[in-house]
Amino acid sequence: MPKTTIPQQELMYSGHAACPGCGAALVMRYLLKGVGEKTVMTIPACCWAIISGPFPRTVLKIPVLDNAFEATGASISGLRAALDAQGVKDVTVVGFAGDGGTADIGIQALSGMIERNTDAIYVMYDNEAYMNTGIQRSSSTPFGAWTTTTPAEAEGTWKLEPKKSMLAITVAHKIPYVATVSIGYPEDFVRKVEKAKAIKGPRFIHAFSPCPPGWKYSPEQTIKLSRMGVDTGIFPLLEVENGVYKVSRKPSKRTPVKDYFALQGRFRHLPDAVVAEIQANTDKAWENLMAIEEFSKTHPWCTF
Amino acid sequence: MMMTKVVMTGNYAQSYAAKLARAQVVAAYPITPQTSIVEKIAEFVAKGQFDTQYIKVESEHSAMQACISEAALGSRTYTATSSQGLLLMHELLFWAAGQRAPVVMGVVNRAVAPPWTIWTDHTDSMAQRDTGWIQYYCESNQEVLDTVLQAYHVAESTDVLLPAMVMEDAFFLSHTVEAVDVPPQEKVDGFIPPKRSPWILELGKEKKLGSFMMPDVYMEFRYNVARGMMAARKRVLEADEEFERRFGRNHGGLLPEYKCDDADVVLMTIGTASCTAREVIDEMRREGKKVGLARMRVFRPFPQDEVQRLASHVRALGVLDRSWGFGFSGPLYTEVAGAAYQGRHKPLMKDYVTGIGGRDITPPVLRGIFTDLLGLKEGAQETDWVGLRRPEKEVLRNA
Amino acid sequence: MKTFKSYADVPEAPLADVPSSEEKTSGWRSNRPVVDLKNCTKCYLCWKYCPDVAIAINGEGWPEVKYDYCKGCGICAEECARDCIVMEKEV
Repeated sequence: MPKTTIPQQELMYSGHAACPGCGAALVMRYLLKGVGEKTVMTIPACCWAIISGPFPRTVLKIPVLDNAFEATGASISGLRAALDAQGVKDVTVVGFAGDGGTADIGIQALSGMIERNTDAIYVMYDNEAYMNTGIQRSSSTPFGAWTTTTPAEAEGTWKLEPKKSMLAITVAHKIPYVATVSIGYPEDFVRKVEKAKAIKGPRFIHAFSPCPPGWKYSPEQTIKLSRMGVDTGIFPLLEVENGVYKVSRKPSKRTPVKDYFALQGRFRHLPDAVVAEIQANTDKAWENLMAIEEFSKTHPWCTF
Repeated sequence: MMMTKVVMTGNYAQSYAAKLARAQVVAAYPITPQTSIVEKIAEFVAKGQFDTQYIKVESEHSAMQACISEAALGSRTYTATSSQGLLLMHELLFWAAGQRAPVVMGVVNRAVAPPWTIWTDHTDSMAQRDTGWIQYYCESNQEVLDTVLQAYHVAESTDVLLPAMVMEDAFFLSHTVEAVDVPPQEKVDGFIPPKRSPWILELGKEKKLGSFMMPDVYMEFRYNVARGMMAARKRVLEADEEFERRFGRNHGGLLPEYKCDDADVVLMTIGTASCTAREVIDEMRREGKKVGLARMRVFRPFPQDEVQRLASHVRALGVLDRSWGFGFSGPLYTEVAGAAYQGRHKPLMKDYVTGIGGRDITPPVLRGIFTDLLGLKEGAQETDWVGLRRPEKEVLRNA
Repeated sequence: MKTFKSYADVPEAPLADVPSSEEKTSGWRSNRPVVDLKNCTKCYLCWKYCPDVAIAINGEGWPEVKYDYCKGCGICAEECARDCIVMEKEV
């Protein structure tokens, strides 16, 4: 039996329609290794609605429901209720949605699902824009990024708003478990999914998901960028369990933001001064995170 | 047969029906004047009288998605709404039909905003006529209860598998008490036993429900949904007949008629205006006027055969539209006229748009309509907003 | 790819159940990974990081590229800890 650091069972077929080097494909692959085959999944409009391939094809070795764009949280609640009504206790309900379908159009339904204490896992794969419709900005697009609706033609036409914090929002709902994961750290990813699976109530997993066409980089860099996003401190790996923060990875020396940006065309237009501003903000945010982690030990449920 | 008569509102009739149908999951959001439906259900659940999973969703859009997802795993579901809530569900109504989810929904017909209003008209549900949902319009609280049960029977038929909505006029039915016979649970169980659709997700099976289709398949797929509605016609009639065998009453199938056989003119009505119209008909019949009524109980599937048969033997056919669709004429009229067009004998026809926004359709209003219908001549104005306050100078073409 | 002769062949609900593995995505690539197992330590990074599940672990525990599905993204070559994989132009 070959020794692998993550489970070997594949619950995903090849032959799917994801772009070469797609981060979201790996998010799904690792998620499935963590939740296992006793799962029902619901997916809204997003890249993954299409990656499954056209009728009559399916990519996942589990039952999957397509749901309306805004309504993943509601679909999750419906699936869970149906299973409860049928007395099924050992099947995990998973909602799998992009950043658009979660932080923007889907946020109401997500909020409802969590607030009702629905026993399910919600996974947001974050490629930081509305990728399926051709790279338009979402509230999850980072400050400074090019997208087709923030075309960075001139000073100040890139994304100006900061990235919305789904972590803060879910913690504010007093969610039992929320974790950030990255495909650059698969063992941490699968560990957190397995941990989430064993917890009752609503659980949220925010997955960093680089996108070659959307972020404008050469596809073989996907894993490297997945690690750099974490190691700059821009996308920290952490868990918040019952309101207590635990940062999973604390690089002794964080990667400079400009190195991370240098690999991506979507940041190419940024003047040095703006990159420096982003570095300063990232440093400050990291400092805040360290403080919150400490503070939350005695004061759970503070938000970041 | 043991009869339990309970004095209840139309809304409570919905709640009792959902409970009798043993809906396994209810997902609903409150909206006036539907609220007492969901409140009663919550009371049943809290008292341990209704074993259902009640999801207190945060919007109607989420309510309908939850129902669709429940149905995807084979659970029987129920929801209810009105007006804005129904409009908010619009996207998902297509989804339920396309996914062939036999959801049953109570709709308390309420006029739409802006401006805000809570009184009845049929704009909300008429606007959903393209979604693929079976549509019933009730005229009594008894009919509401019975029809919700019939709706499950029809919706879950393997050759139909389409969702169904059961309408009741706001306040006239929703908040008005009538004596309603509540059928015994065992008899209802016999009428609508649990039924599992073949087109659902099963645990442990590798399937995707929803998918995406290229142009080479989509058209055939949509045709299959259309075929479901065509099959519904037969099932609707069967359900009413079967209901009569088991419970001793029926509600007239698709287009129940009243004194149409020898009628000179017939008014097609919908909803509670039908009750008032029958009173006026009886009165006018005593005066020797040969008037009749045909109530559009089921608008989807559209009772084409019944309409054509009716049109073939009356001199004039009027239609009462309690909504406006901004089309050629009112939505009900447009479809009735369309169906009548292919008949060998074409009656004179006129659309009477009335009762909009809850304006009362009183006996004098209906008498005026019947009188107009009796005097209808070739070339008369085809559409009339009855009771509309008009500037004095405006003249209606009546001849 | 299954073709449907008439609406009677199309399921009533949009229920898809044919594994996507029927589609060979090999035609997508411009480059293909070439693996030299000489220095391979069976770390399985290549297997782990393939978005297309196009690298399998064979009976002897060696990674094996499934060329029917490989899209040539180059992640395996980039991530291999011992530089065993090189991307060559697809012919």
